[in-house]
Amino acid sequence: MHMDRLARMKFPIPKEEFIHPGHTGCPGCGVALAMRYALKALGKKTIMVIPPGCAGVISGTFPFSAMKIPVLKVAFETTAICASGVRATLEMMEKKDVNVLAWGGDGATFDIGLQALSGAAERNDDIIYVCYDNEAYMNTGIQRSSATPQGAWTTTTPDSKNVPKKDIVQIMAAHKIPYIATASVGYPMDLIKKIKKAKDTSGTRFILIFTPCPTGWRYSPELTIRMAKLATETGIFPLYEIENGERYCLNRARSKRPLEEYISLQGRFRNLDEQGLQQIKERVKNNWEYLIRMTGEA
Amino acid sequence: MKNVISSNQAVSYAVVSAKPQVIAAYPITPQSSVIEMIANFCDRGDLLAKFIPVESEHSAMAACIGASATGARVFTATSSQGLALMHELLHYASGLRLPIVMANVNRALAAPFNIKADLSDSLSQRDTGWIQFYCETGQEVFDTIIQAYQIAEQLLLPVMVNYEGFILSHTYEVVDIPKQEQIDSFLPLPPQRHCLDVEDPFVMGQTTDLYINFRYKLYQAMEAAAIVCKNVDTKFQRNFDRGYELIQPYYCDKAEIILVTAGTIAGTCRVVSDRYRKRGLNVGVLRIRLFRPFPKDQICQVLEGVKKVAVIDRDFSPGCGGIIAQEVKSALQGLRAHIPVYEYIIGLGGQDVTDDMIETIITRINNTKESEGCTWIGLLG
Amino acid sequence: MKKLRMKDIPITSNSLFTTEGNETGDWRSQSPLLDAEKCSQCGFCWMYCPDNAIRPEKGSFMILYKYCKGCGICAKECPSGAITMVTEGSS
Repeated sequence: MHMDRLARMKFPIPKEEFIHPGHTGCPGCGVALAMRYALKALGKKTIMVIPPGCAGVISGTFPFSAMKIPVLKVAFETTAICASGVRATLEMMEKKDVNVLAWGGDGATFDIGLQALSGAAERNDDIIYVCYDNEAYMNTGIQRSSATPQGAWTTTTPDSKNVPKKDIVQIMAAHKIPYIATASVGYPMDLIKKIKKAKDTSGTRFILIFTPCPTGWRYSPELTIRMAKLATETGIFPLYEIENGERYCLNRARSKRPLEEYISLQGRFRNLDEQGLQQIKERVKNNWEYLIRMTGEA
Repeated sequence: MKNVISSNQAVSYAVVSAKPQVIAAYPITPQSSVIEMIANFCDRGDLLAKFIPVESEHSAMAACIGASATGARVFTATSSQGLALMHELLHYASGLRLPIVMANVNRALAAPFNIKADLSDSLSQRDTGWIQFYCETGQEVFDTIIQAYQIAEQLLLPVMVNYEGFILSHTYEVVDIPKQEQIDSFLPLPPQRHCLDVEDPFVMGQTTDLYINFRYKLYQAMEAAAIVCKNVDTKFQRNFDRGYELIQPYYCDKAEIILVTAGTIAGTCRVVSDRYRKRGLNVGVLRIRLFRPFPKDQICQVLEGVKKVAVIDRDFSPGCGGIIAQEVKSALQGLRAHIPVYEYIIGLGGQDVTDDMIETIITRINNTKESEGCTWIGLLG
Repeated sequence: MKKLRMKDIPITSNSLFTTEGNETGDWRSQSPLLDAEKCSQCGFCWMYCPDNAIRPEKGSFMILYKYCKGCGICAKECPSGAITMVTEGSS
């Protein structure tokens, strides 16, 4: 009876795990989920490059490792270029079937590591660069990054951030790299599909993964998946892909859920006033219109 | 085979001979022709390496770290501002115990802007855990790069080969380039080391509260480094009939005054030393070739018993004077007799160091009983 | 875990062991309880657990209380309502 059930079970995502339990991610951590999914998509033959940040801590402190694959811990600004260096050696050793996965947070990607990422993208270095976006420097205590959305409280924007989130996807699209995608821990199957697609492409591939953070966004941990889904359903985090910087593909049509349903669940937006909310809604609407135009022009 | 080439060319030929697998570099005067030649060699297939034209020196060192961590032999080159930009990663490279070899063309650090010879750039990186050599000739630059790979791979410490901008980088000398088979027999393929490998997964470079213990292991490697450098040079002498030792004394036996310096200033000092010895004053010259680790014991052996030591620094550390002078003074601490150490700052920013200026130094030493402290030569009136 | 000595550690801080010895279960203030009758073996709880604290076992899923931090995602996302969170320490 049990064996029948085991045989009949269909797992929604690949079964093998590449992360050990016992890691020190917060309860309900979006980053830990993203790591789990990404490695399921890439498999054992993956070398990961991780700068300081949440993932840097989750992957363990000496003498422990939470990872079942090799990892190089690198200096903060160097994620993309260290990954390029790893890839260069693998090429010279003719180890063509090993994935090189650069895994940086929004701080490491949008801010301090942007130069190195731009350099790697311009050279079309053969790496998969994943940015896990929890929208602030969460590991060091919730300081603002350029990925922090307008209206959000952080420790360095004690009222709320008054400038919009940097559009990293457009920056990467301007480099005309072979593959860009946005993904979310709220949609694991979509995320895994995209990472697998990246795996089968060569050149610089950039995936932005939305990873809600209960600690920094001020919501109860069991809502992480709900939060990720709401971001996409309200249109503030659309799921789409861009090939060669020009061919856009929207993965999900925009639902009509009002943005308030997403904003109201998070303590970090407590200082967002009506005017600010309207500005954000306007920007979300314009962004959608832009995406639809880009899809149409493809 | 003998060629008439610049030190920059010598570096690029040495790199071809050493066969690194990954090279990442960013242009900066006076280093640029090094990487232009290397890019050319890679393009033509004379050097089978992946050349990554990075977008900054910080990324050049980062690429070397990533590549070396995966097991490749790597190379980069830079100068002054670029070296300074790499600073945090110099610590990173030695901390991860990566055998990276880098050529640094000594150039003054801004501000003010100056692109000419000055040793402050690399000397101010003396705390980063890199082995440091200071060369005097194009031949030495070539040979030291070859030696550097052997040293780095034995100790698992990165090595910096320094030579002065324009004075060496852009001037032509006779340099013998040995046949590839000779180089191969001296410098084999790098030995296996624990590096990133999907068959043996581990995390390289974890955060640790046991930090002091890893620093101790680095300390142990540095303590063993002088002997390794000496042995590699001895082996080099056997293979190629020429060697350099860690320090080069010139008429230091029975000298009354010894001039201590690094780089090409040593050559000018030797000319002046010859002149003074003819006049009856025994002036010796001690060139420091290995700066890190600082060869204290060998230096004390040479300087013991001399009446006066003058350190001539083509560098300057604000707040404490010449860097080589500091190191020499600290090394002489152990000796019983007090030896006055005169300190001279000269030649910064490519200021031409002439024999007259060295004669001025010796005159000043002769006219004073004790050191005058940090003394600057050749300033505007 | 035995105390490390100088001879045990590598030349740089390269990991030696896994985190499996770190029992994060003592972090939680609430515990998930799985009702096997209601479970449809969809695998969503396993899929959404950030801590690898739910394992496929004998045709169903098992919660590893050794590691479970009590975040409550499994209970929230279970389509069958088979998991409830109860306050840690209550009977």
